[in-house]
Amino acid sequence: MRGHSIQTAEPAGLVVREEGRKTVLEAHGDWLVETIGPQDAPLKRIARSADAENVILDLSHLGRIDTAGAYILGRILRPCHDPDADFHFAGDHPVARRLIHEVRVRSTISEQPKAPVSGFMSAMARIGAGLEAAYLEAVATFAFFGRTVTTAISTAAQPWRFRLTPTVWAMEEVGVNALPIVAVLSFFIGAVVAFMGANLLGQLGFNVFTVELVGIAVLREFGVLITAIMLAGRSDSAFTASIGAMKMQQEVDAMRVLGLDPYEALVLPRVVACVLMAPLLTFGAMISGIFGGMLVAWSAQDISPALFITRFHSELPWSHFWVGMSKAPVFGLVVAVIGCRQGMEVKGDVNSLGRRVTASVVQSIFAVIVLEALFAMMYLELGI
Amino acid sequence: MSEDILISVRGLRSAFGPHVVHENLDLDVRRGEILGIVGGSGTGKTVLLNSILGLKQPDGGEILLDGMRLSEMNSAQRRKVDSRWGVLFQNGALFTSLNVLENVMAPLREHVDMPISLMEEIAAMKIGLSGLEPGACSRFPSELSGGMRKRAALARALALDPDILFLDEPTAGLDPIGAAAFDSLILELSRALGLTVVMITHDLDSLYEICDRVAVLADKKVEAVAPIRELLNHPHPWIHEYFQGPRGRAALAGKEN
Ligand SMILES: Nc1ncnc2c1ncn2[C@@H]1O[C@H](COP(=O)(O)OP(=O)(O)O)[C@@H](O)[C@H]1O
Ligand SMILES: [Mg+2]
Repeated sequence: MRGHSIQTAEPAGLVVREEGRKTVLEAHGDWLVETIGPQDAPLKRIARSADAENVILDLSHLGRIDTAGAYILGRILRPCHDPDADFHFAGDHPVARRLIHEVRVRSTISEQPKAPVSGFMSAMARIGAGLEAAYLEAVATFAFFGRTVTTAISTAAQPWRFRLTPTVWAMEEVGVNALPIVAVLSFFIGAVVAFMGANLLGQLGFNVFTVELVGIAVLREFGVLITAIMLAGRSDSAFTASIGAMKMQQEVDAMRVLGLDPYEALVLPRVVACVLMAPLLTFGAMISGIFGGMLVAWSAQDISPALFITRFHSELPWSHFWVGMSKAPVFGLVVAVIGCRQGMEVKGDVNSLGRRVTASVVQSIFAVIVLEALFAMMYLELGI
Repeated sequence: MSEDILISVRGLRSAFGPHVVHENLDLDVRRGEILGIVGGSGTGKTVLLNSILGLKQPDGGEILLDGMRLSEMNSAQRRKVDSRWGVLFQNGALFTSLNVLENVMAPLREHVDMPISLMEEIAAMKIGLSGLEPGACSRFPSELSGGMRKRAALARALALDPDILFLDEPTAGLDPIGAAAFDSLILELSRALGLTVVMITHDLDSLYEICDRVAVLADKKVEAVAPIRELLNHPHPWIHEYFQGPRGRAALAGKEN
């Protein structure tokens, strides 16, 4: 019996005797979960060489025993015709026989089949599975997008169903709270562009063109790109994590059963917030990027802010601004849709949450860059 | 008599902000007994368990294990204690990223030195003991029903053959046959291994069938601790209602027939 706690365990010992055709296994010491480790291999060897019908367990020297010890001692008798037969046991022990019996009848052990693996075939299979998964992901994302659009349309027809409070909350989270970091990043990008201009154009003596360089780069590309990437890294992962956590706790199922449409309650507010806030963030990013460029132009090239602004007005058409702005809602939409979809894909386990958050950020940055390239080609063809 | 007390809770006070859950609560758990804890929902049974386990700092009072104060143990003593008790949490608390077999192996990996293959066998044996099909070994917690999750959690609680087993509503969500098998398993282990069991339960059949004593939590403290039959005519209104209500009487009648 395991009465006292402070008692330390004796190591488990095993003495094997051959008596005629019988194999007698004498258990010594304490057979407890912490002591039986070393006895595993010898017992397995005996199980292979001896006939289980002729095994006798001698329990007279056995100390304490627990279910793990009872399992490993009883294991050798499992193949027997009658593992409880008296001739299999010798010696007295207060609980060992009872425990060996209980453990055996209460647990049937089955061998776990191990999946076979072969090198080349499994590598090809993984490539194929990866491609198929990528394809299915794309299809599912488009399907989700379609579902979001239909929800948006049906909500537009019944505007009282639109959830204003969560939308405003998401707008604050996505827009207002992201503004400082977006502005700071964009400031540095504007400054870097101005520095590059100072170096290159300065050598050629075209210092003033720094203004156009900064203007075009920040207005057309960087303002909106920085915004989109920050949205992807910051808001998109938050969408996936929050919706995913609700999926894990079955909150989404509960909403469905209560007649709440999760697309209406969870997805649409976030998507609307992103689409509305992305242009505003982009505007902030543009201002701050141009400001950064202006400061560098002033300090490194003696282009005074007054000259910078005058030239900015006279030389840069508004079209650059509109090109940049036109991309912002599209990026916002894509980022929000990917974030929400990945959140809805989370299953019951923690791993899938982690995987989905990663996938969500990677996919949305990927999508933003691909779209950026498509926009560039489109506007080039259009000559804007 | 004092030496067969394994756990004693002295003057425990637990509070969440202004919300006081326990006030001056005393409880003794004797070595080798099966102690049932009952009480209305929200009376702080789970909080009491968490306090004993050291998961929640008491806001007052002391918990003693073998006469040693839990609050004064160093980390080595604490680790030793952790390997001595097994816990079945109310919601199972399985590791969702591990399958059932790996869940049960987790404490073995942490505390015991033995070949991996033997760990797998022992884990599979515990899973069998707790009444799960062998096929469940490779499934993940999210793929199991509530009752199966409970069983898997029991298998994990039993993995180290603990001296003390804490069970938080173990039979809630099990079918009656499964619950009866569960009771007989706990009783068998307790008798054969001298296991001490502290079991929060609302299952009146479990209380009648296997609990040596029952502690009733009411009014922020342990209102009564006694073998169940002595509680049947307790004057406290909640206890009276509990055992003399329709379900209480049905369970008693079932027991006496
Ligand atoms: N983490 C927590 N924060 C605040 N209050 C809690 C917390 N955990 C439990 N409580 C409160 O403590 C009381 C007892 O809870 P609990 O022990 O879980 O009840 P039960 O007896 O049903 O197991 C309840 O009123 C609950 O609201
Ligand atoms: Mg509880």
